[in-house]
Amino acid sequence: MPTKFDMPQGTLDLLILKVVALGPVHGYAIAQRLHQVSRDVVQVPQGSLYPALHRLENRGFLTADWKQTETGREAKFYRLTRKGKAQLETESAGWQKLTEAVSLILALSEGGAE
Amino acid sequence: MTWWHRVTHRKRMEDQLDNELAFHIEQLTSDLMARGHGPAEAHRLARLELGGPEQVKEECRDARGTRWVEDLFQDVRYAVRTLRQRPGFATVALLSLALGTGATTVMFSLIDGVMLKPFAYRDPARLLRLWEQTDYNTPGGNIWAFTYPNYLDCKSGTPALDMAVWYFHPGTLSAPGAADYDDAAYASSDLFSVLGVKVGLGRGILPEEDRPGAEPVALISDRLWHRRFGGSREALGAHLVFDGQPYTIVGVMPPTFRLDDNEFDVITPIGQIDSKLLQRRQAHGFQVWGRLRPGANLAQAKTELATIGHRLAEQYPDSNKGRMFIAEALKPDVGDAKSTLLLLLGAVTLVLLIACANIASLLLARAVSRERELAMRVALGAGRGRLVRQCLTESAVLALAGGSLGVLLAAIGIQPFARFWPGGLPRIQEVQLNWRVLLFALGVSLASGLLFGLAPALRTPARHLEQTLRSGSRSLAGSTHRLHGAFVVSEIALAVVLLVSAGLLGRTLLRLSALDPGVDVHNVLTARTALSPATLADPERTRAAWRLLLDQAERVPGVQAIAMVDTVPLRQGSNPINYSVVAANVDDEREYPTALANSVTPDYLKVTGIPLRHGRFLTEDDRKGTQSVVAIDEVMAQQAFPGQDAIGKPLWLGIAPDPAIVVGVVGHVRQWGLAADDQSKLRAQLYYPFAQVPDKLVHRWSDLMSIAVRTSADPLSLVDPLRQAIRGVTGDQVLYEVNTLEQLATGSLARQRFLLLLFGAFAGLALLLACVGIYGVLAYLTSQRVPEIGVRMALGATAPQVMWMVLRQSFAMILAGIVLGAAGSWFATRSLVRLVEGVRSIEPSTFAAMVAVLATAALFASFLPARRASRVDPLKALRQE
Repeated sequence: MPTKFDMPQGTLDLLILKVVALGPVHGYAIAQRLHQVSRDVVQVPQGSLYPALHRLENRGFLTADWKQTETGREAKFYRLTRKGKAQLETESAGWQKLTEAVSLILALSEGGAE
Repeated sequence: MTWWHRVTHRKRMEDQLDNELAFHIEQLTSDLMARGHGPAEAHRLARLELGGPEQVKEECRDARGTRWVEDLFQDVRYAVRTLRQRPGFATVALLSLALGTGATTVMFSLIDGVMLKPFAYRDPARLLRLWEQTDYNTPGGNIWAFTYPNYLDCKSGTPALDMAVWYFHPGTLSAPGAADYDDAAYASSDLFSVLGVKVGLGRGILPEEDRPGAEPVALISDRLWHRRFGGSREALGAHLVFDGQPYTIVGVMPPTFRLDDNEFDVITPIGQIDSKLLQRRQAHGFQVWGRLRPGANLAQAKTELATIGHRLAEQYPDSNKGRMFIAEALKPDVGDAKSTLLLLLGAVTLVLLIACANIASLLLARAVSRERELAMRVALGAGRGRLVRQCLTESAVLALAGGSLGVLLAAIGIQPFARFWPGGLPRIQEVQLNWRVLLFALGVSLASGLLFGLAPALRTPARHLEQTLRSGSRSLAGSTHRLHGAFVVSEIALAVVLLVSAGLLGRTLLRLSALDPGVDVHNVLTARTALSPATLADPERTRAAWRLLLDQAERVPGVQAIAMVDTVPLRQGSNPINYSVVAANVDDEREYPTALANSVTPDYLKVTGIPLRHGRFLTEDDRKGTQSVVAIDEVMAQQAFPGQDAIGKPLWLGIAPDPAIVVGVVGHVRQWGLAADDQSKLRAQLYYPFAQVPDKLVHRWSDLMSIAVRTSADPLSLVDPLRQAIRGVTGDQVLYEVNTLEQLATGSLARQRFLLLLFGAFAGLALLLACVGIYGVLAYLTSQRVPEIGVRMALGATAPQVMWMVLRQSFAMILAGIVLGAAGSWFATRSLVRLVEGVRSIEPSTFAAMVAVLATAALFASFLPARRASRVDPLKALRQE
């Protein structure tokens, strides 16, 4: 069984934005997608998913409509706004930089660190 | 969805949130079932996975950013509900707040209208009043209105200013309609353009009409237009006869137009004045206004005026030596209305503070009894800030409700109150509820809400939660004793201040009313009298016209005696002149002693009842051509001839070059009014015969004349017969400013009476509120101590002992309040002494009496809870434990 770990602060928003960028999607699907794509590594705490979605909607990164699912049930589908798209780009660039920097530091040989 | 939508569509948002979460659970359940869980088990797991639905919802709501508004709505609803649950408390609180804020709002709107509001001219900040100022003093001070030649020189010599001028000139309007005497003025053609006021109808005076011999034109006031012409456009081009001269009406002034708070009915061109008035550099009385031209400033204008002043002083040393020209910003001349308003504002503020203290102690009592509820909520996770906010919201709701009621009261009360003002409130037409006043009322309401809400709100529990929760049914009242006591003490102190002030005013009014005005005020009618303008051209004709008028008036049934007088006792207006006991020209500009001169006819003493002390009064034999004579009053005899017999002594007066001989000494008249006369500097009085007024002064003196009539019946019933009798052949002789001496005497104390009435009402209200406060607090504190009292009684305490225990508590509060209040009264009475004439520092007896009133009322209020405490049944009290 792969190890699960707690998500670093602030990454949930980034992940949500990324998933929603792929097309209109409802809350449950977001949770599932994150779970699957990360090969079960990322465990979204479901209790904090919805407050995060509402917060992003409130800040204007997401917008939502009520639409029918394939099973004919009404659900709230989230879409990325233009502002959300820009936010996703800056945040992913930031994340990229951070991870590169972190890997560089980790790649240091033990001798080099002393 | 915008923020506003999220606030207004709360219900829909909640439904959608429910749906969204339900959908999630459904999906998860079906997925779990697909993986082989039973339906019930799948549902349970799904819910477990999502977490507590209420918690998730709360977090989602927080994420919306509209949380505080929702809380506010909730708090307001809660506050309204709790207020409705306690109608008694709500009524007392709302009523006292409404009275407090209402009265403060009324006072502020008067202050706003009278003192703060800018003048109804265009850009009033750039308007200036100009005066002449001398480097020596005269009986009238050292500030003078302009002379016309000086005005013209200043106008042409100050590029920084546009200038205009007017001259007060009331007169008889004899056509169209019945003759009456109206306020009027001469004005220069540019007056309206300098003030930036548009003529209401028609046009203003043209420059070419503003010179001698031009077509006589007039502007009339809006009220005259309605009174005489029914507001019809026909008035333009119509004729009127003013002071015997025909004029063509060319315009109507706007209804709000005032000059120095005068509403002039007729304005005619100043350049058409047909007399030496415009040429003489000694003829003052011209009111000059200036407007700074674009780009110019006050300093520039002042420099230019100073230059002209120096030049004219050199050029015309006779009239202009030591005379400069000054300019000052326009300011309302409101007389003593300002100090009266500030005193009243102070008084109503005290009432409002008492109301606040009262409500604060009631709210505090409630906060204490809710302590366990609040502690419970803190224990369940409510933030302290949230609870404080809720308490403050409750106070704000109360304050705003009370404030709105107060504004309503103010809206109803302002106009009647302003009209009730003694002697008429200056600028009354400016008084109204406007946004500034409403803003003030809102501020006052919120401030008082904060004032009475803060103490209870800050008591919100933060520590010792478990202690509070464990304390069972009993509240922890001990710690609030001191705070409650402080509220009661401050209420009593404030009430003492108001009561003592009212007492001081009452005592003053009693003392002043008992003063002798110096005249017999019963059954005397006085009225200013305007002769037919045609008779004023020639002194002999004028004298004859007066003799005829007196004869005609004397024949009216009910008239016992009649006299002419220019300075009516106790009425405003006086004629101070210099005098000297050695030969001198008192008109030169050295300083001489001054007396109030009064020109009268011989029957004056008979009419007014002024007692003759020595010698004789003026007689019919004192005529033109005989030795000039004068009668003086006791004060002047003392002042001019101390320790000597005044009879037969000569006096040099400004009226004629030769001295007048003193023939008699009469009693002093309190000319400045009962309140002010004893303190005034100028008290000496002298009387000289109208028959001896020199020819050149007869016209001017006639303009100022009144008649005084002693009647055998109600003097006011003779007004109409007298008017009829003196109309004269041309029908244009009129009486105006008709008063009885009794009205004038009463009127001279009107301000004191008005202040007493209001301070009395406020003091009564304060007393009532303070008693309600002390009763409420003691009743509450006693009810908290019922179990303790029960124990004491079970252990053998008697009813009087218990009563004493409660009363002792209130004694301490009352005493502390009185001591503090006494200190406050010291300041209050000092302001009254300074601001209200006739008030002297307070006698100890008055102070003691007012304190006794308060102490009695307060003790009575505390007696009721004390008695209730003494009747506690120990068995019941202990069972209550």
